[in-house]
Amino acid sequence: MSTNAQNLPRQFPIPVDPALPAHSGTPGTRIGPVSIRRPGYAVSPNASKVGLSDICLSYRTQSGERLLALDNINLQVRAGEFVCIVGPSGCGKSTLLHLIAGLHPQTSGQILVDGNPIQGPGTDRIMIFQEHALFPWLTVGQNVEFGMKMKGIPKAERQEKTRYYLRLVHLAKFEKSYIHQLSGGMRQRVAIARALATEPDVLLMDEPFAALDAQTRDLLHDELERIWSETGRTIIFVTHNVREAIRLGDRVVLLTFRPGRVKSEFPVELPRPRHLEDPTVARAARGNS
Amino acid sequence: MKRAARYLIFYSVLFGLWTLLAELKIWPPYLFPTPWGVGQALYAGFQDHSYWIAIRVSMQRVVVGYAISVVLGMILGLGVASNKFLEETMGGLLVSLQSLPSICWWPLALLWFGLSQNAILFVVVMGSLLSVTLAMEDGRKQMPKIFGQAGRNLGAKGFKLFWYVLLPASLPFIVSGLKQGWAFAWRSLITAEMLYLSLGLGQVLMMGRDLNDMSAVIAVMILIIALGYIIDGIVFKGMERHLHNKWGLTPAN
Repeated sequence: MSTNAQNLPRQFPIPVDPALPAHSGTPGTRIGPVSIRRPGYAVSPNASKVGLSDICLSYRTQSGERLLALDNINLQVRAGEFVCIVGPSGCGKSTLLHLIAGLHPQTSGQILVDGNPIQGPGTDRIMIFQEHALFPWLTVGQNVEFGMKMKGIPKAERQEKTRYYLRLVHLAKFEKSYIHQLSGGMRQRVAIARALATEPDVLLMDEPFAALDAQTRDLLHDELERIWSETGRTIIFVTHNVREAIRLGDRVVLLTFRPGRVKSEFPVELPRPRHLEDPTVARAARGNS
Repeated sequence: MKRAARYLIFYSVLFGLWTLLAELKIWPPYLFPTPWGVGQALYAGFQDHSYWIAIRVSMQRVVVGYAISVVLGMILGLGVASNKFLEETMGGLLVSLQSLPSICWWPLALLWFGLSQNAILFVVVMGSLLSVTLAMEDGRKQMPKIFGQAGRNLGAKGFKLFWYVLLPASLPFIVSGLKQGWAFAWRSLITAEMLYLSLGLGQVLMMGRDLNDMSAVIAVMILIIALGYIIDGIVFKGMERHLHNKWGLTPAN
């Protein structure tokens, strides 16, 4: 896979991996079960996919004082955009993702998806956690199937999609394996497949590659960029690593530490695909952090 | 091979000592039988079907009683684990109730249910319910929170969340409690059966006493131990092995 990525022309869109099987259906309209809703990574200029307005979150600590974790966060994420949120540990960036996922209510403010306020968790927004969020009692295939099973999608369709998404992350051979038999990088690829299989509009990624070694992380950066370009999802990606944010994002949002506020944001206009070790990426990271 | 040899040596010595003590005739044979006499009693018991009947009756009761306490215990345990008020109030009560030997429920059961099958079942349920409840509560708390979050995130809620996520996620943490609950259920059953003409193993055991037949008493005791051991080996060891295969070495991973 690595050689493949290096031989790719340095331009977008990255061609669809020839190893991916052709899917039955009208050619050109669909690749597999995923509708391609945009070519390349052209972002629709106006449509706001996720809108955060005046988000505050405070909670009471053990000693009884009120702690402001997130202070007045405003953020608009366009459909198909890849936004990276960067901040030091404990700045509330993961918490912000939990709020968008609907796993936790905000103290005040509003979260809109396609203009509608969210009502708790929804499979239009799927989270990819840092680690250990795959279900160890299920096989790889059953993990990928899980969201579809909860939705009540018929078994045959589920299995077809499961195989498709496992091929997308190059893990087709591991459908019957258990999670503990996989390496850290493979587990995160399963997590990506599991998230994509529910066909969410928005992927919420919470430092998904932080626990991986550098080489595996680089590979997964390439794969995530490819998958993003092929599937057209909106991605909100949280990391503490500015370089990683610049490597991946269309736009980078910096948060401050306690309370979490938007310190600044800037677009990343470097050509894709980028590499973490590129001097341009490093320079951009130094200049903006 | 080495293991088998160790077992062989241990049990040969044990039976050798037993035979020796019995053959020395320090005590009369009706108080201290030979292994041979116990073997004969076992054979006779199976031969006239009384042991088979007793095993069937006892197993039926313990399976029904244990199943009831597992279902009730899971509901109770989950309730206590997920509600702060219940945890603070009922949690303490449950722990203190566990210090009560299950047979203390026998008089109450007799008054409520009369001398019947249900009175025995009640004692069995009370014997194992608390360990299942406490295990479930503990397992629910020890279970990594992220599984519940991931499950809700993927669209599971209500009963589906419990059945497909919370229950399997907490299983490695509650399996030892389930096992303990089983052991308590088995003990409570035998105790209750000894107090009442019940056809079960407990009654057969008491019958040996009534007939002054020590060989039969020891034969039934061996039977009770063996059954408990077999169930533990087949059901619970199998479950642990199954979990181990799926989860890998440590449940936390």
